[in-house]
This record gives sequence, C-alpha cells and structure tokens, in this order.
Amino acid sequence: MSSAMQPAPQPRWMRWVESRLPIFGFLKDFNEYPTPKNLNYWWTFGSFAAITLVIMIVTGIVLAMHYTPHVDYAFESIERIVRDVNHGYLLRSVHANGGAMFFLAVYVHMFRGLYYGSYKPPREIVWWFGLVIFLLMMATAFMGYVLPWGQMSFWAAKVITSLFTAIPLVGTDITNWLWGGFAVDNPTLGRFFSLHYLLPFVIVGMVVLHIWSFHSVGNGNPLGIDVKSPKDTVPFHPYYTVKDVFCIGIFLLVWAVFVFFAPDYMGHPDNYIPADPLVTPSHIVPEWYFLPFYAILRATPDILFINAKLAGVLAMFASILLLFVLPWLDSSKVRSANYRPAYRVLFWILVADCIVLGFCGAYAPDEGVFRTASKAFTWLDLARIATAYYFLHFLILLPIVSRLEKPKQLPFSISEPVVKPAAARA
Amino acid sequence: MRLALAATLALGALVATPAAQAAEQARLPAQSWPTDGVFGTFDRKQLQRGLKVYTTVCSACHGLRLVAYRSLVDIGLTPAEAKAVAAQKEVDDIGDDGQPKKRAADLKDRFVSPFPNAQAAKATHGTVPPDLSLIVKARKGGADYCHAILTGYSDPPKDWKHEDGKPMKLESGQNYNKYFPGNIIAMGQPLASDGQVEYGKDDPKPTIDQMARDVCAFLIWTSEPTMEERKRTGIKVVLFLLVFTGIFFVMYRRTWRNVH
Repeated sequence: MSSAMQPAPQPRWMRWVESRLPIFGFLKDFNEYPTPKNLNYWWTFGSFAAITLVIMIVTGIVLAMHYTPHVDYAFESIERIVRDVNHGYLLRSVHANGGAMFFLAVYVHMFRGLYYGSYKPPREIVWWFGLVIFLLMMATAFMGYVLPWGQMSFWAAKVITSLFTAIPLVGTDITNWLWGGFAVDNPTLGRFFSLHYLLPFVIVGMVVLHIWSFHSVGNGNPLGIDVKSPKDTVPFHPYYTVKDVFCIGIFLLVWAVFVFFAPDYMGHPDNYIPADPLVTPSHIVPEWYFLPFYAILRATPDILFINAKLAGVLAMFASILLLFVLPWLDSSKVRSANYRPAYRVLFWILVADCIVLGFCGAYAPDEGVFRTASKAFTWLDLARIATAYYFLHFLILLPIVSRLEKPKQLPFSISEPVVKPAAARA
Repeated sequence: MRLALAATLALGALVATPAAQAAEQARLPAQSWPTDGVFGTFDRKQLQRGLKVYTTVCSACHGLRLVAYRSLVDIGLTPAEAKAVAAQKEVDDIGDDGQPKKRAADLKDRFVSPFPNAQAAKATHGTVPPDLSLIVKARKGGADYCHAILTGYSDPPKDWKHEDGKPMKLESGQNYNKYFPGNIIAMGQPLASDGQVEYGKDDPKPTIDQMARDVCAFLIWTSEPTMEERKRTGIKVVLFLLVFTGIFFVMYRRTWRNVH
C-alpha cells in the first residue's frame, strides 16, 4: 500500500476508543477482508438471510408490543394490530411473509453449499453452525406460526408436539411437560411466545459464529480451489458490499410483491378461523417450507419393531441430522460440482426429489397423484419413493460416487482460467 | 436438458390439483371485484349497500365482532349515521351504582353479535353461524366463494347419490347448495327474492345477484379495511425498489469494471 493510498490519520476521539476497544480496526478488517473475486450470484443468498434476520427481529419486536399471548386474546390482538395499529398491517405482513423469504434464502444458500462443496474441509464447522441455525429457524418458525392461534396454528401445534408421545416409555410425560398441561392450551401458547422471542437472538449468536468460522479459513468459491495469492481476491468493500446491496434490492422486490400484492398467498385460509380444539380442519398442512419434512414424517410404515409414528419422527430428524456427517459421506477431494460430472447429475436429481417431497407434503396421502379416478398411485406411494431416494442419495450414492468418480481437471488458480485465455487472445 | 423440462411439464399437467380432488367440487365461477388487481379500490357506494344487506338480512345470525362502528366512517357514512347503525344494538355496561346495565352501542364499540355465545347460537340454529369479519380471507376462493354460496342454492339434482349408489335426500334443516363442500349447508337461502333489501333511487336494482355482490364486496372490506393503503403503498415501494436496484446495479458494474 503506497502512502498515497493511506487514509487520513484517525481523529483523536477515534484513537481514544481504539486504544480501549479496537472496534474500528475490527470493522476495517471486515471492509478490507480479502474475498475470492470469482464469487457468483449464488453467494449472495447468505446476505439475504442476514438482512431478513434483522428485519424479522425489528418487525417482531414491534409486533410483540401489541400482541397478547393468551388463548382468549391472541387472535383478536393480531386483528387489532392489522386494523388499528398505525401501519400494523405492514408490520404483520412483512413478518409473516418474511418467514417464508427467510427459508427461501436459506434453502438456496444450503443447496449452494451442497453444489460447491462448502461443507468440505476445512469448512465442516461452518456447515455445522449453518445446520444449527437451520434447526433453530425451524423451531422459531413453528412456534411463530402458533402465535396467531388460528385453526392451523392450533392443529399444527397439536400434531407436531404430539409427535413426542412417540418416544418410548417417557414420551407422554415429556409431551405433557412441553404442553404445560394435558393438551395444547394457554400454557403452551405462553411458552411458545417466550421461546419465539428468545431463539432469534440465539440465531444471531450462531450467525456470528458462522461468519467467524468462514472468515478464518476463507470463503469457498465456485471453482472450489484455494486462494493462491492476493491476486485471486478483492476487498469485501466495495466489491461485494455493492453487489450484495444490488442483489438485496431484487430480494426485497420479491418480498415487497408478496407483502403488498399477495399478502395471504403463502398462508392458509383456515388460519383466519379462530382455533377450535373441537373442530379438526379437513387438511392439516404446514407452511410450504416444512412440506418436504411433513411428507417424510407421513411416509414411513411400521418398520420391524418401530411403529409408523416413531419411524416417521426418526426419519424426519434423520433427514437433517445426517447432513452433519455429510463431509464424511461425500469424501471427494474435489469441492465444486462444476468439476464433478457424476455428482452434478446426482445433485440435480436431489433438488428434484426435494421438490417432489414438497408436493407430497401438500396433498392428502390417500389421494391419487394423477387425474384418474383410480387411486392406484397415491401421494403416499410417491412420498415413500421420494423419501427412500433421499436417504439413498446421502447414504449409498454419495459415498460410492465420491470414491469412484473421475473428476474433471481443476484449474491451477482462481485467476488462471480468466488470465490465461486473455493472454492467449492478446 | 430441454427434454427433461418438457417431460416434467407434461407430467405436471397430468397431476391432480387440490381443487380437482376436493370431492368433485363444482368449479367456482370467477367474479370481478372493484378491489381486484394492483390498482383496486373500494366502491364506497357498493360498500354502503352491502352494509344495508348485512344489517337487514345477515345480522340476524352472523356477527361482525372485529369491526368497530367507528370504522363505518371509512366507507362513507357520517359519524351520525354510523352512530345510528350502532344505536340499534345494546351492549353491557356498569352503572354508577355498580349494578350491570345495558346501554345503546356507540362508535367506540365493535359490532354486537346476534348471540352472546356459541351455545345460544347452537340452541337456536343447531349450528354456530360463523362470524363474518374475516370470512372472505377464511375461505378458499374468497369473495368468489362467498358470492357462489349466496347464489348457489337450488333443488338437489335428480340423480343425487351417496358414494355407494343409494339416493340422497335432504333432511329437515338441510339445504342443497351447488358450491358448498359436500353440497349440504345448514343455512337457509338468505337472499331468496329480488328487492328483499331496499336500495336507493340511484342504486342498481336489488336482484339476488346484485345484493350478493354488494354484501360480498362489503365483506371484502371487513376482512381487510386497509387494502387500499396497502396497494397504494405497495406501488410506491416497488417503484422505489426498482430505482434503488437499478442504481446499485450500475454502481456494481462500475465497481467491477476493471476486475479480471
């Protein structure tokens, strides 16, 4: 760095703070952080998740100022927010649709990780922190959906908390402890509100750890090869700050279209009916981001000595927990699927499989899949096939393919594929 | 790649949609409402007619407990007119002597429901008529569904059968409705004849379809009184974000121009 590029010396007050708490130097490191210069648009989705987390916390805190977590008042307090609180309709719509946008961003972010090998050494811990964030998000979203105390809120709470009765011996006692009683009722709503307020701050802490863990080893990049020299990188500011803000603009546009022009599109009409423990909705379905897991939950039959309900719970949790050991299931030394033709095919089949699972979760299991009168091939059959394939992909196909496939020739460095053709053209 | 896409689309066309699976539900006729679309607004004259239909016909059984009488000012009533609507009902209060008493409802109160609780409703009607404050948002098909229900009464078809082939018959207290799931609805036809509600000189003729349309438009408003503000703000926000994104796109390209 030539002296001509040096910024003006810090004002005295900044030096006073810096010598006591080196916050400005810390932020300067963030700005100048050397980031691979070849990151593509799939790398912007992490920033979408971060901005969504901030917006959800701000809207959530303001909503909590007006919400009443009691079974007799919850539904009406939210209607009061929407009708009488200034811009209350906006707060509520941003928060409800924001949950969906958060999962959209995170799912793309996770699939980016699967494609580009972001879970491979030395980034296993980044991946684990990310999975913990995902689990916390699922818990937060589930409890948040219960708070309006509509029909779907109540029955989703009932179905999912009842799953804990599947645990042998202690299941019912654990479930009663979770409920705060013998059924889903006011104590359940109260504790869900408390935990729904708490967990996002736990997520913030995990996000800090998540970012720290990839700052220390360096970002992954689409080529999957390590940064060889500073020539392969650019400072995070202004290159990636401006790119992220531009892409966040597009993300906010999508979010705004839902908030202002289709606020209830992703929701379920039944949640505008106040909860009634004596009336079961004809179809209990979760929000779209939980549909694949719902499909897995309902897919399992009785297996050996494990009953279908317990098997479903175990399969549903296993589908996420096995991702923790992914770095060992997929042992290929090549990170990016751009250079792994066999794995690339498997990846896209997995994406299709997850989408199919999502559809399976949306429909009644005993309905026929095709528009024929016969029920020969039901959504349950399809869910079983798709669930089996999901586990087949991770437990059988990945270990085999990663050990046997012949990857393409990797480029030498990040700069090389771009600099060399340019030199050849010169 | 293209083959895979074509195959997926072809297969997707064969897959049953939830609408097709809902017990061979009759297709809802699509309606158009003044509130439709990005630039939709409320037709306040229509909302006032809808309020009249509600107070004349529907309020006998259905509540509107989330709507405050003061909100009627937003559909074009003067405060005095809104107060007059409110004064037709009574609410509980406590007198200066500490004893419970009744007083006329006022602007600050919410619409008084016809029954004090669910048990009273059930005792009179055998079922609980749902509150209508959110009915448009609480039903799949929204206002189209509500309009279809109100205009969908008829005699049951001659070949009406159970699934096992035995002929179906209406019991007492049941009515046949083409669009209600399962076709048997407890509500008797509420709008049974033209002119059931008196409209003004300048209003359209109060046919069954017109009255149904007006009350459904009113219920769109009760479900979401802030709709106009939402869409107006939405247009501004989307325009702002388009400009914002455009500016940052240009900044992004300029910043990266000399990299690589």
